Amino acid sequence: MTVMTMRDALNEALFEEMERDDKVIVMGEDVSGGAGGTSGSRDAAGGVFGVTKGLLPKFGEDRVIDTPISESAIVGLANGAALAGMRPVAELMFADFVGVAFDQIFNQMAKFRYMFGGKAKTPVVLRMAMGAGMNAAAQHSQTIYPILSAIPGLKVCVPSCPADAKGLLKQAIRDDDPVIFFEHKALYARKGEVPEGEYLTPFGEAALLREGRDVTVVALARMVTFATKAVDKLAEEGITCDLIDLRTTSPLDEDTVLESLSQTGRLVVVDESNPMCSIASEIAGLAATRGFADLVAPVQKVTAPHTPVPFARELERMYVPSPAQIEAAIRATLRDG
Amino acid sequence: MQQSPDQIRRAYRQMRLIREFEERLHIENPKGEIAGFTHLYSGQEAIAVGVCETLGDNDYIISTHRGHGHCLAKGCDPRDMMHEIYGRADGLCKGRGGSMHIADLTKGMLGANGIVGAGQPIAVGAAVACKARKDGSISVSFTGDGASNQGTVFEAMNMAVVLKLPKLFVFEDNGYSEHTGSSYGIGGDLKTRIEGFGIPVWEADGFDYFSVYEATEKAGAHARAGKGPSAILATATRYFGHFEGDPQNYRAKDEVQNFRDTVDALKQIREKVTGAGIFTNEELDAIDAEVLALIDDCVESARSGPTPDADVLMSDVYIDY
Repeated sequence: MTVMTMRDALNEALFEEMERDDKVIVMGEDVSGGAGGTSGSRDAAGGVFGVTKGLLPKFGEDRVIDTPISESAIVGLANGAALAGMRPVAELMFADFVGVAFDQIFNQMAKFRYMFGGKAKTPVVLRMAMGAGMNAAAQHSQTIYPILSAIPGLKVCVPSCPADAKGLLKQAIRDDDPVIFFEHKALYARKGEVPEGEYLTPFGEAALLREGRDVTVVALARMVTFATKAVDKLAEEGITCDLIDLRTTSPLDEDTVLESLSQTGRLVVVDESNPMCSIASEIAGLAATRGFADLVAPVQKVTAPHTPVPFARELERMYVPSPAQIEAAIRATLRDG
Repeated sequence: MQQSPDQIRRAYRQMRLIREFEERLHIENPKGEIAGFTHLYSGQEAIAVGVCETLGDNDYIISTHRGHGHCLAKGCDPRDMMHEIYGRADGLCKGRGGSMHIADLTKGMLGANGIVGAGQPIAVGAAVACKARKDGSISVSFTGDGASNQGTVFEAMNMAVVLKLPKLFVFEDNGYSEHTGSSYGIGGDLKTRIEGFGIPVWEADGFDYFSVYEATEKAGAHARAGKGPSAILATATRYFGHFEGDPQNYRAKDEVQNFRDTVDALKQIREKVTGAGIFTNEELDAIDAEVLALIDDCVESARSGPTPDADVLMSDVYIDY
């Protein structure tokens, strides 16, 4: 095991996959940066979050493609290159910019294979940074994975730690279906143990991070770190929880959630997105349909409120679900049942 | 006319194939057996064929919602296409795509597309693959006058210039964006607009196969030579409505008939090649008869083709899920 940040783990995944397969190409705004600048330095940015740093000097301009600010064309570029046999990893910078390029995502890449009679292959990975925590306000902070998880044809990754980030990204690059890869901005600097050597993290397999008997807690992305705090704190009082990290929202590992629920009978879902049509709703719906007989208390949803992401520090803190809220929800489900 | 008789025969047949395919669909559509939206290409045959006759198997095209002509010109099988349009399980796309989503990746045909202006960035992406392969291949997008006003087309043109890609933009002005004249929707001048991106434009008469072919040879050579993208601007008309069933209240009564009587693409190529003594009218009549019989056969077989079942509904959403 090596300890590294999620940023470095993602960077390592890209390096390894680009070295392994010369069909893997990287594209997006400032993925290297510096072109046309006065310093003469290329790779001046390496991605605005530094994830693609060092790729240009190693793999060259034909495989590390700096694009203009043209989100529709960036995703279109990836779509067409994939149809023609490449394995593009496109970066959209902030997940919020999906709005600019949405047609290429939900009408094009998601549907080619189905519409074209099963003959098209669109192995695109579309990376994007999401989430609150930087006071970047309403257009640079959203967690819009529910919107994309709802679209047939797309797969969606939401890693919470460096090891999964690397394993899921490598799997995404090798996957023949289009994959939307969400990276939480507040997790880039988070350090964690990453296995040595080659490994892939399969899609549709949640991770059971804590085992307990009282409550099932389901979380994803940054909310896993908050839920871990709440669960560990309650464990000191003898309240023990299963803590499930979904890792991918499409495919969704329903079985792991249901199996845990069948043991605990109580469910708390923690999701940084807005409450309506969220992953929290989806998991609650799963419990209400396939897990109804196991429920002994109402499902607790811990989500952001139904508002845009606000700017001011105090407001953003109130917006993002906190470990304290998660703890309160776990206590509530024990009290209510 | 420097093309060989074989080339010309092939081009004539391709144009006749598109014409009869579309004219027949116009007759069949009101009978109620064909579901959904159908947009016909009759009138514009010289553009699709003039462009695609310059292309090879490793070149790509991407089409529009009015895609039958481009598909046939790039080599899609007419019978498989007809089955698709009739929603059959053995259609080119298993009955899941229909008229607006016909594609055949094995032919370098990256799809008709129901979203106006969506194809251009995708074709630019295919040009990235062409450049990486270093095999001299190019990627071609067809863009109507309506789509020429979409931001995605501007983004695609700029991207292709910035990345210096082997990309050919074919603009087809058929006079109408749905129910509105193209002169209304295009602010300024389309040619100047394309040139503004630094893309050289070759203009062509969209009713004249030879004009389109020759322009595409030049524009294609530019793109293949690694000089960056190029463009064709061709003007023609569509003989039918925006969609089948469109009453076309926006057109003068005699407009289409005038085009058919004067500049029609099939009429022009026939007059040129018989006038030059390359083929006789009888030889061309024989091609026409062969194509008509083929279309009869395609329609008859499509009408009785197998209907798709639940397996077709549920498969191919993913390769692996």
